[in-house]
Amino acid sequence: MNMSVALPVIIPLLAGALSVMFWRSHFAQRALGVLGTGAMLAATVWLLLETWEHGHIVMEMGSWPAPFGIVLVSDMLAAIMVVLSGIIGFATAVYSLSGIGKMSEKFGYYPLLHLLLAGVNGAFLTGDIFNLYVWFEVMLVASFALLILGGERAQMEGAIKYVTLNLLSSMIFLTAIGLTYGLTGTLNMADIGDKLSTVEDTGLITVIAMLYLVAFGVKAAAFPFFFWLPASYHTPKVAVSALFAGLLTKVGVYALFRVFTLIFNQDVDYTHEILLWVAAATMLTGVLGAAAHYEFRRILSFHIISQIGYMIMGLALFTPLALVGGVFYIMHHIIVKANLFLISGITFVMKGTHELKHMGGIYRTNPMLGVLFLIPALSLAGLPPLSGFFAKFIIIRAGIEAEAYWVVAVALVVGLLTLYSMIKIWAEVFWKAQPEGVEDELRDVSSGPMIWMWVPVIMLALMTVAIGLYGEPIYQMAAMSAEQLLDPSQYIEAVLGEARQ
Amino acid sequence: MEVVMSFVIGGMYAAAIYMMLRRSIVKLVIGLVLLSNAANLLIFTMAGMLPGAPPLIPPGATMPEGLSADPLAQAVVLTAIVIGFGVLAFAVVLIHRAYEVVKADDMDQMKDTDR
Repeated sequence: MNMSVALPVIIPLLAGALSVMFWRSHFAQRALGVLGTGAMLAATVWLLLETWEHGHIVMEMGSWPAPFGIVLVSDMLAAIMVVLSGIIGFATAVYSLSGIGKMSEKFGYYPLLHLLLAGVNGAFLTGDIFNLYVWFEVMLVASFALLILGGERAQMEGAIKYVTLNLLSSMIFLTAIGLTYGLTGTLNMADIGDKLSTVEDTGLITVIAMLYLVAFGVKAAAFPFFFWLPASYHTPKVAVSALFAGLLTKVGVYALFRVFTLIFNQDVDYTHEILLWVAAATMLTGVLGAAAHYEFRRILSFHIISQIGYMIMGLALFTPLALVGGVFYIMHHIIVKANLFLISGITFVMKGTHELKHMGGIYRTNPMLGVLFLIPALSLAGLPPLSGFFAKFIIIRAGIEAEAYWVVAVALVVGLLTLYSMIKIWAEVFWKAQPEGVEDELRDVSSGPMIWMWVPVIMLALMTVAIGLYGEPIYQMAAMSAEQLLDPSQYIEAVLGEARQ
Repeated sequence: MEVVMSFVIGGMYAAAIYMMLRRSIVKLVIGLVLLSNAANLLIFTMAGMLPGAPPLIPPGATMPEGLSADPLAQAVVLTAIVIGFGVLAFAVVLIHRAYEVVKADDMDQMKDTDR
């Protein structure tokens, strides 16, 4: 039995339990935070290497054979996602050493961080649709608590919107699971895909597919279900924002990729056409929202939405190259977006505000931070040679090859508007002089206890450059995952194996 | 029996959505409670209702005799109830805390606390 697929879930659960035991010792919790997420990162890299070698890794929980027991399955997409979750988890834990504050630590920040990562990894690796719901809830409960750490007025309002809409989507997901179970009599995703591929009447299946689209669309913040995201992501601590921005919506995107390749591939013309419209509308509304705002984290939040559109576009086009682009985009986006949020935390410590109007002059006092901001910002807008250029290039190329010219046009315009928003932040925060009448409470962040905020920012910026300059291995991984996604029989074969005959 | 249950579940979904569209936050949470219960009942009903047929395997046999109730759906519902309970407990504490901070049980008062 191969343990590698269970470790990314077990390690954070264990680290979380241990940090609850050391509730009063902040030092032990911090050490566990860095060590636990570091060990998780190592385990996820190991899993990626194993998956790269074997294609699929399946583990039957409690040795109950599939499709009766719960299985953990790692294919290339899932393995890539857990590595990204390992990277972001580790970066956030290091950043939190100086970025999170005593109060949050006192109210259980670190145990919640581990629990959230366990939920995210579990959702990526499970091969059972109801188990996916359970991991979603684990992740949500942890995120609820992280969201309100601090208990300020704005956080309460953000949390109510976030909690309500996410619970609503969970219930729609549960309804869809109930209907799927009534139709197929199984909860194992491979088994469901296998059974539905032989059904003649696809009408009811398409209805269920739309329920999944709404449920995961809310989690992924796709149009028209994204309203909870800009209402809540700018309210918690910056480290929490970065973690959410990097991982949570991407779990929804991952779930969309999973069910719309493995299970709902009967009526592609209809379902994926809807996905394409959703993708285009998501890109546009997100970027227009960002253009209208003047608060650092709100702009970034709206950009998450617009970037989700690109990923869904990769799924919706449903050609091999488009799926490569979608997966590549997810990899690029998670690293870049988390990094931008982490940088907004550093500027907040310097200036004491997130309002662009009240900031300025950072390039003069701290040119290093300016450069560190420009790397992910320009990558997000898609300038070569950074990671975002190749991500956008693959997707747009796939769009042209699929002759979906209007969506390509939307994607290009959105890329331009993204550049506008990033330049807006650059000009307001870094380039212009400190506005008059606003007290400059500039604090030194380049030394002393604040030094830990810089480590993950530099680490993630280097990764962005590396993906851009040495994109080939990343492309190969994305290509392998796309090949597996387009041929669900591989997944079904790996999970069910002999049980099918 | 299934037909009656379908109407009951449909009514619960409708009532839940209606409650969630009200301005009061307390009613919002009541809507969530109804919705989670409706979803649980839906799964329960989807598995088919067979009264008085426990899924017990007689000694010596490898399969239950005749038709029996589906234990998996019931296990799923049990899990969903527990999760739903935990999450709703959190939601209730959250609205209480929000009421203390914002001092209003009205969604319209919750538009711009972050300004």
